[in-house]
Amino acid sequence: MDMRDRIKEGLGDKIKEWQDHSARRIYFSVDKKDIYRVVDFLFKELGLRFSTATCVDTPQGLEMLYHFSFDKSGELYSVRVLIEDKNNPEIDSIAKQFRGAEWIEREIWEMFGLNFKGHPDLRKLLLADDWPEGDFPLRRKNEP
Amino acid sequence: MSSIRTKIATKSIWVFHISCGSCNNCDIEILDCFTPRFDIERFGIQLTGSVRHADVLLITGAMNKKAVPRMKKVYEQAPKPCLVVATGQCALSQHMFRFSYNVDQPLDKILPVDLYIPGCPPRPEAIIDGIVKLTEKIKKGKPR
Amino acid sequence: MSHKVIVPIGPYHPLQEEPEFFQLYVEGEKVVDIDIVIGYNHRGIEKLSETRHYDQVAFLVERICGICSSSHPYAFVLAVENLFGGEANIVPERALYIRTIIDELQRIHSHLLWLGLAGHFIGYNTIWMWAWKYREPVLDCFEMVTGNRNNYAMFKVGGVRRDLKDEDIPILKKAMDELNPLIEMLRGAISDDPIIKMRLKGAGTLTKDQAIDWCVVGPTARASGVNIDIRRDEPYGAFLLNTVDWNVVLEKDGDIYAKTMVRILEMQDSINIIKQCLNKIPKGEIDANVKDIPVGEGIGRVEAPRGECFHYIKSDGTNRPVRHKIRSPSYMNVASDKVAAVGGTISDATLTLAAVDPCYCCTERVAVIKKSDNKKIMNGWDLVKLCQEKTDKIKAEMLNE
Repeated sequence: MDMRDRIKEGLGDKIKEWQDHSARRIYFSVDKKDIYRVVDFLFKELGLRFSTATCVDTPQGLEMLYHFSFDKSGELYSVRVLIEDKNNPEIDSIAKQFRGAEWIEREIWEMFGLNFKGHPDLRKLLLADDWPEGDFPLRRKNEP
Repeated sequence: MSSIRTKIATKSIWVFHISCGSCNNCDIEILDCFTPRFDIERFGIQLTGSVRHADVLLITGAMNKKAVPRMKKVYEQAPKPCLVVATGQCALSQHMFRFSYNVDQPLDKILPVDLYIPGCPPRPEAIIDGIVKLTEKIKKGKPR
Repeated sequence: MSHKVIVPIGPYHPLQEEPEFFQLYVEGEKVVDIDIVIGYNHRGIEKLSETRHYDQVAFLVERICGICSSSHPYAFVLAVENLFGGEANIVPERALYIRTIIDELQRIHSHLLWLGLAGHFIGYNTIWMWAWKYREPVLDCFEMVTGNRNNYAMFKVGGVRRDLKDEDIPILKKAMDELNPLIEMLRGAISDDPIIKMRLKGAGTLTKDQAIDWCVVGPTARASGVNIDIRRDEPYGAFLLNTVDWNVVLEKDGDIYAKTMVRILEMQDSINIIKQCLNKIPKGEIDANVKDIPVGEGIGRVEAPRGECFHYIKSDGTNRPVRHKIRSPSYMNVASDKVAAVGGTISDATLTLAAVDPCYCCTERVAVIKKSDNKKIMNGWDLVKLCQEKTDKIKAEMLNE
């Protein structure tokens, strides 16, 4: 079965929107409450490799993109999650599922202020210890 | 300045290298100076692993905020008089990182600089030329 | 009696040119834990990208890391070209070959650099000097083609900036022919020397399961048997055209010896790829003259010498990116030191940490170890000496047998 079909079948109605963006680039969005189950399915059951996670500050909220690579075909599946509450943004951590996500979530936390619930070691990664609290460099402050 | 003049006139110069937020290009070119093609050791210049033996500090990097306090500490540990050489465009003027949120002031506003070696990265020939010019200047007794 | 000792390595170790701070927790001779602190190279490039137009970003990302100086701009232009549907859609064929030639030359120079450093750490300074001496002709090739030994400024959206002159092609071929026996000699020196083998085998092992758990990439993953290589999985450049014969180098032991052999064999393969590209490169345009960047999202990936280099671009149709995410390969690889170095001895520590070929500028790896009541502190220089002393001990034992 094609990997797209396996994902669609395995995740069912957790997938809110599916986009075949271009050759080897697929994006689909899920609810933030489902992220743990989705990542579990992609990583453990389908054996996809976690490439990285991106956070984008949009007017609608903080958008998280989890990028999973299916190396046999070179396809990249990006899971889109929107966190609408920008004042207290939080989402479940996936670092418990595999350790490769630990540093990635730490960086997103210090750059955007997105709290990863359940992260084993959420502390600053890149910025100095005396960096002012509440100052998230990659958040758009006075920009649209 | 007379003691460093004596040092340079009578013995070999020991250089110590510090990177303060660099892309590593300048650092590799500095190490390249010690390889067979350029062989800076024929001028009596040696790389030391300990700052307490350093006569000259080669500093690269755009002055990352986290690295600057450590760089200052290392400078304090160097036996005085110690010459500071700003190597590479980033150490000169912070280059394209000048307006980044994570860079401090330019190097010459933090430490007294004796020599500037421009380039991105400066070629090993430029580095050797620069250090030799510096030693000539010191031997002739010219002020900083 | 065992007591925990903290051994800091860095931040200013003379041979690990970038600042990093690893703190090793040691009990007796064994490493029991490691903490890594990074951030000493963080220059806020992702934010700076948002204030530059697309042409300028290519120059900016080149300076993320000096050693993989062509991987980051390549991944960036692939991300932007993804907005057009992909590299194959817009980039002319000649440019694809030039891109691959630059990329593979970079792989050779990067692996030679690493080999030199590894040679120094185990106490074979001759390997260091030879590897860096043989690296110079590769840098000469770069200078001839691009104008600079490092920071090539070759990549732009839609093609390459400079053409390969016809008279350069035989010079490049000759340089590759001369390099081949030298790398073969280095390969023989490593694989046939029983002391080096004994020194490197079994040290700093990362198992296949650990490699998958930590999501490592590049030679670090391939040395542990994880069969991934972006050049094959998602071809780009000349690999798109299916005209190049090459192999993915895979080992299974995951120790430092496996990582070394993967890099040496990759270098030999890269020489082969470059020669094929030089033979097959067609005449034609080198630039698609892209003017406007469409709205959308794009992702570009290349196989840097250290592994998968990942760039994400979000565009709103203006001439500047809305968001530019950069994930360099060392980000994943260095974090795996947490398991690779733990369980080994302190004399192997420097080598294990260096074996993932950390490109700190890419990730700013800096390790910081929690301060606790330490009984003995060694600096990085001492640790390298320990590393070299172990080789001498092995040598003495073998000669006495």
